[in-house]
Amino acid sequence: MMVSFFDQFASPSYLGIPLIAVAIALPWVLYPTPPARWINNRLITIQGWFINRFTNQLMLPLNVGGHKWALLLASLMIFLITINMLGLLPYTFTPTTQLSLNMGFAVPLWLATVIIGMRNQPTVALGHLLPEGTPIPLIPVLIIIETISLFIRPLALGVRLTANLTAGHLLIQLIATAVFVLLPMMPTVAILTAAVLFLLTLLEVAVAMIQAYVFVLLLSLYL
Amino acid sequence: MTYKFLIPIIVVPVVQRKLGDVRLNELCVWLGQGLFLKNHNTWYYRKYIDVRRGGIGRISMLLTGYCVLCYIWNYPHLKKERWRKYH
Repeated sequence: MMVSFFDQFASPSYLGIPLIAVAIALPWVLYPTPPARWINNRLITIQGWFINRFTNQLMLPLNVGGHKWALLLASLMIFLITINMLGLLPYTFTPTTQLSLNMGFAVPLWLATVIIGMRNQPTVALGHLLPEGTPIPLIPVLIIIETISLFIRPLALGVRLTANLTAGHLLIQLIATAVFVLLPMMPTVAILTAAVLFLLTLLEVAVAMIQAYVFVLLLSLYL
Repeated sequence: MTYKFLIPIIVVPVVQRKLGDVRLNELCVWLGQGLFLKNHNTWYYRKYIDVRRGGIGRISMLLTGYCVLCYIWNYPHLKKERWRKYH
């Protein structure tokens, strides 16, 4: 049987129970819910401060109607960040490397933004399909292009997340394998180990990944 | 600290003590009566005031346990990854 590097992404299942269930349930355990107190302890205060600040930033480009999305987007962001960061621990499984999960996030949310836009302001929503100031001969072509770009958005969202995380994990595994294989020969190992560590820090760009995900989701909110 | 032996010994009734403070010969009494006696004031204290502080040790235990769990979960696949000549 051919064992490839992609085997780490197969959804592991033990005794018939998939690990993905545990991996998805874990982020909810890690964050304490604020009790109904006036002043909380430090951890909860810091957590609340981060979430508030992030949600503020996220809601800046939106008008008041768009603020209804605050809860959804903030919790999505925290969920994705936690899942990705937990995936950096050894032997853990990252559910977001599965394309099915990411498309399951991308398509419904994107579709919601499109439908809401169409329902509330159909002319404005359709008007986005044509950027202002285009020369008249270009209009038919541009409408087609914009429609295509609209429909490609959920695909891009989902695949971007999957691809980034998969690529990151794969690179870590490759470099780690190289380090182990080169262990008899010394100097190369030091350099490669440094590369692995640097890559791990870079993979806390998983956080930036989530920023990109939620922000692009936000950009498609012309509410 | 010479005045230590002058501190009076406070005797708390058996039933109101926690399990760790009960002596062995009082265990039966504790079990028997502690189950029926619910002091309704203490739940508030226990829920809101005597809360255990979270620390770095607790969460690192949780994460280590999660890693171990994932290792066990993946073991049938990881068996094949032992020292092979060609990877």
